[in-house]
Amino acid sequence: MSGLQHSVKNMMNWIDARLPVTETYEKHMSKYYAPKNTNFWYLMGVLATVVLVNQLLTGIWLTMSYIPTAEGAFASIEYIMRDVNYGWMLRYMHSTGASAFFLVVYLHMFRGLMYGSYQKPRELIWILGMLIFVALMAEGFLGYLLPWGNMSFWAGQVIVSLAGAVPIVGDSLATWVRGDFNISGITLNRFFALHVVLVPMMLLVLVFLHIVALHEVGSNNPDGIDIKKNLDDKGKPLDGIPFHPYLTLGHDLPAIVAFCFLFAIVMFYFPDGGGYLIEAPNYERANPLKTPDLIAPVWYYTPFYSMLRAATFPFLGLDAKFWGLVVMGGAIVLPAVLPWLDRSKVKSIRYKGMASKSFLAIFVIAFFVLGYLGVQHPTPLKTFLAQICTAIYFAYFLLMPWYTSVEATKPVPERIPIK
Amino acid sequence: MEEKNLDGGRRKFLLGATAVVGTAGVAGLATPFVGSWQPGAKALAAGAPVKIDISKLVEGEMLGPIPAWRDKPIFVIKRSPDLLERLNSRNDRLADPDSERIQQPEYAKNGTRSIKPEILVLVGLCTHLSCAPKFRPKIQPEQFDQDWIGGFFCPCHGSKFDMAGRVYAGVPAPSNLEVPPHYYEDESILVIGEDDKEKV
Repeated sequence: MSGLQHSVKNMMNWIDARLPVTETYEKHMSKYYAPKNTNFWYLMGVLATVVLVNQLLTGIWLTMSYIPTAEGAFASIEYIMRDVNYGWMLRYMHSTGASAFFLVVYLHMFRGLMYGSYQKPRELIWILGMLIFVALMAEGFLGYLLPWGNMSFWAGQVIVSLAGAVPIVGDSLATWVRGDFNISGITLNRFFALHVVLVPMMLLVLVFLHIVALHEVGSNNPDGIDIKKNLDDKGKPLDGIPFHPYLTLGHDLPAIVAFCFLFAIVMFYFPDGGGYLIEAPNYERANPLKTPDLIAPVWYYTPFYSMLRAATFPFLGLDAKFWGLVVMGGAIVLPAVLPWLDRSKVKSIRYKGMASKSFLAIFVIAFFVLGYLGVQHPTPLKTFLAQICTAIYFAYFLLMPWYTSVEATKPVPERIPIK
Repeated sequence: MEEKNLDGGRRKFLLGATAVVGTAGVAGLATPFVGSWQPGAKALAAGAPVKIDISKLVEGEMLGPIPAWRDKPIFVIKRSPDLLERLNSRNDRLADPDSERIQQPEYAKNGTRSIKPEILVLVGLCTHLSCAPKFRPKIQPEQFDQDWIGGFFCPCHGSKFDMAGRVYAGVPAPSNLEVPPHYYEDESILVIGEDDKEKV
């Protein structure tokens, strides 16, 4: 061993005695074993992390030029777009990043549904993930008010008014959230604080816990086979490979590069996404007296927005507005209890029966249809269709204890099958 | 620690006292954080009553939306005799034709929901999720209603209201449009945001 190597080793020993650097590196990287059969769907987590970093960095840079007041906000966005060097790029990275975040998170969640990643022992990972999803929805909504465009204003108006659907205290609650009798500069200023400081901090803590919980039990895989059941004589999983360098350099890095290419194409050539990523009325300053002809949220909220609109009749003496809130809130919260709804003996869709496969398929179709309806003008026929799809959405979850326990499943092999 | 020397009563008391004082402290500490979100003096001042000149308002038309009361759009409409005549013709389609729910001051709880029969004053925010309903005064079949006798249509979620701001049954909006407190100072000056002090 040369002198240099020797001093490096001494230095690491000195640090390790005071801060567990090597131990942490081994536990989470070089000796963290991931299943060898993970596929495309297992890349979404790392991509979400990449987008998170993008949002934090571009977000911090945007605050350097943004003014969070009713008088200054809209003009400061124009200023960022026209006068600040690379301001347009930072803003488009941030706005494209918001959509990219939801895209990878939806795919990430779908992976969980497909392969039963929420099942024992990963219930807490799933619940932490659902909390991240809710925090992310809040973050997106809060951020959407900040440009102070007309859609910002009216989307804020509609969503804050949702609080008014809570019986008895509703109206005071909405006034409390706004800090005014209508959405105003006061609301904008506090949404800025929440969007830039509070929710990002919560997101970081939740993401940290999500990953710690994952590394405690290890990743699931497309076959839903527990790799920790088959260990070699050194205690390493026979069907596992070390996270670093195999997955980091072999899977994740190429995926990140490919993702960045796609991201750049959208960001440079289609930053508005045809009006779905940045909506046309938002090029007009907020006007409390002029509702846009169609208030539609950005694409990633549309399925839930459709469910909100689908409640059109009173029930049990409570009005439709209240049920709209319940349906939408329920649709967002319900997936959190999935680990206790799925009674199947197997994890992965590959070994589940026809019932599970069919329910998942129509669930996905219903979700897409709801997403489409959310950007359409409500007509009686479309509202009816939204009601049917909402029923399917809930049936997927609420009937799960039944169809997963009665259906015939295929036997799961002991070891991960070699193709 | 030796268990026999443990003064259980003292420990219980100290734990209890700490918990009670701590809870009171947390509640006290939460007060400024929660309270600071309530509308401040500036927001309250902006909610003062406003006066509107309605002398130029033409029959069948709407004055507004005007940023009037508490930053909320206010609709002021002069209904034509034709509209007034049909106003109560289809009350079976309304959710609350007699204005039972308190969405208006007592003096507007009548067949026209107004002080003067022809002049209607409304807060122009849908009672569903606060979009601004569109003014559709023409008696003609509309895309959203073949049997339309004039009123308001909310483009956001399809709620319908009649020419007195009363909500139709079977739409997302739960209640009639709000009639703000208002009175007439004289023939042409309408005050919004306040009841007539002389009458009260």
